[in-house]
Amino acid sequence: MQHGKYRFIVGFLAVPLGLYTLFVVWPFIQSIYYSFTDWTGLSPEFEMVGLANYERMLDDDIFWKSLQHSLLFALLLPVVTIGLALFFSFMINVGGRRRRGGPAITGVRGSSVYKIVYFFPQVLSIAIVALLFAFAYNPDSGAINSLLRGIGLGELQPLWLGDPDLALWCVMAVLVWSTTGFFVVLFSAGMASIPAELYEAALLDGANRVTTFFRVTLPLLWDTVQSGWVYMGILALGAESFAVVQIMTTGPGGPDYSTTVMVLYVYQKAFRDGQAAYATTIGVALLVVTLAFSAVVLRLGRRERLEY
Amino acid sequence: MKTTQSPAPVPAGEPGAAAGRAAAPSGPPAREKKEGTVLNVFSHGILVIWAIMVALPLVWAVMTSFKDDRSIFSSPWSLPETLHFDNWSRAWTQANMSDYFLNTILVVGGSLIGTLVLGSMAAYVLARFEFPGNRFVYYLFVGGMSFPIMLALVPLFYVVNNMGLLNTIHGLILVYIAYSLPFTVFFLTAFFRTLPTSVAEAAFVDGASHTRTFFQIMLPMAKPGLISVGIFNFLGQWNQYMLPTVLNTDPDKRVLTQGLVQLAVSQGYKGDWSGLFAGLVMAMLPVLGAYIVFQRQVVQGLTAGALK
Repeated sequence: MQHGKYRFIVGFLAVPLGLYTLFVVWPFIQSIYYSFTDWTGLSPEFEMVGLANYERMLDDDIFWKSLQHSLLFALLLPVVTIGLALFFSFMINVGGRRRRGGPAITGVRGSSVYKIVYFFPQVLSIAIVALLFAFAYNPDSGAINSLLRGIGLGELQPLWLGDPDLALWCVMAVLVWSTTGFFVVLFSAGMASIPAELYEAALLDGANRVTTFFRVTLPLLWDTVQSGWVYMGILALGAESFAVVQIMTTGPGGPDYSTTVMVLYVYQKAFRDGQAAYATTIGVALLVVTLAFSAVVLRLGRRERLEY
Repeated sequence: MKTTQSPAPVPAGEPGAAAGRAAAPSGPPAREKKEGTVLNVFSHGILVIWAIMVALPLVWAVMTSFKDDRSIFSSPWSLPETLHFDNWSRAWTQANMSDYFLNTILVVGGSLIGTLVLGSMAAYVLARFEFPGNRFVYYLFVGGMSFPIMLALVPLFYVVNNMGLLNTIHGLILVYIAYSLPFTVFFLTAFFRTLPTSVAEAAFVDGASHTRTFFQIMLPMAKPGLISVGIFNFLGQWNQYMLPTVLNTDPDKRVLTQGLVQLAVSQGYKGDWSGLFAGLVMAMLPVLGAYIVFQRQVVQGLTAGALK
């Protein structure tokens, strides 16, 4: 296999690697460099300013708000989404009652329908989902408030996205709505590969459903849960939160910066305010937060791998 | 609940636990039966509620797209009195939905083919050939999955601008390919490793070149993997919002997601909500329809990466 091997390797790698380096790797390196300059993005001239951008960032109240919100997204969203998804997928796959003559382990009735419906939001663009909910949250004519009026809760008419105390939670709820289904299906696939004998053994030992979940299902599913956790956290810090906050909340960024997140702040500083260098500084902070998040989850979640 | 004999400890902190404890009357046989029923009703109820919560906003959107503007505001939940198909034709022609669809098809078509060709070339070389720097290149690609893209987008805007690719379809295609490569290379490298080496070696002995072996033997063998990663990339690129928002600011070149967000802003001024909802549903239905038809493949494609 030696004949022409290196020519072949170079020939096959050159284009993908070149494209990737030019559009992904090189901009990453550049933006770290730019964070030490006073580049506006509008003109090609700039000078090195050392750590001035970082000092400015530490004094920037909006930056701290966005950091706080991003951290809340990264910590809370995976917990809620994955918690819900684990419950749903356990019920769908293992929670069913034994039917006469059927296998010992079944899901509830209609489990395949649930899986199909739950997955709907995953195939829709987050931009479409965000638009849809922006209308649903509309205080006057939106679906939610008129539903409340319809069931006799007429005096309960929150402003939702217009209320600085509520707006962030509204945005998070949309992300939970749109991502839970993916994890239900993901965990279902994982649960399907757990051998039925293990469940049968647990049942013979008298385990109930809750015990079965914590002692059999969760430990055997741990790798999938953990990678799902990292995946969800990266989404919550990055593209998904950008789309929902930018599309749904006024400003964008919500009333009184109540929903602004780091990724949106980077975008606004670079492409609205003409402060590209400062934007990359916040971007570097976002990078640090993202990497720290992944490292912490992988570190805390490390346990012995179970073979089955 | 199947065959509970002894009262097993019930860990708290799981929704099922509350129901399990709520139903703990006397006598083991009665308890077993009753607990099973209560738990089943409870868990099934939650599954149904979530299914309704997922489906309701979508149904609401479809309903609204057939109403006239007045009844959208006066009675958001009533069925449309007459089906206003004119909303749809207005959205398609006047609101430029046809252009947005065309742009999206061009961009996604080009970038999907490019991603699969370049991604499989790189992955094949990385999976099957030993050469100095192999691991470095692999981790360079894979590392791209965990970095916040927004950080790179600030300098990328100027890189793309300097190359004269800003606001062009082919520029957007190249950027989509570059940002799809990390997952594609990660997934396909693992896939090529699982394929047997003997067939390729036989072809090589018969005098086929490396390039010919790849295109005529290995690619057909890798078809299942290509389909999975192809579906993953198709949905990701079709639904992409952040990249075009930054790199594609020309109104004539807008893709679907961007176009809809823009439509929400402009139709808001005009008060043409029905047209906007028609546009939203128009964008939703093709993906939802395709998902229902190719359900199994879509689920495999989207969950395959996380289960590796």
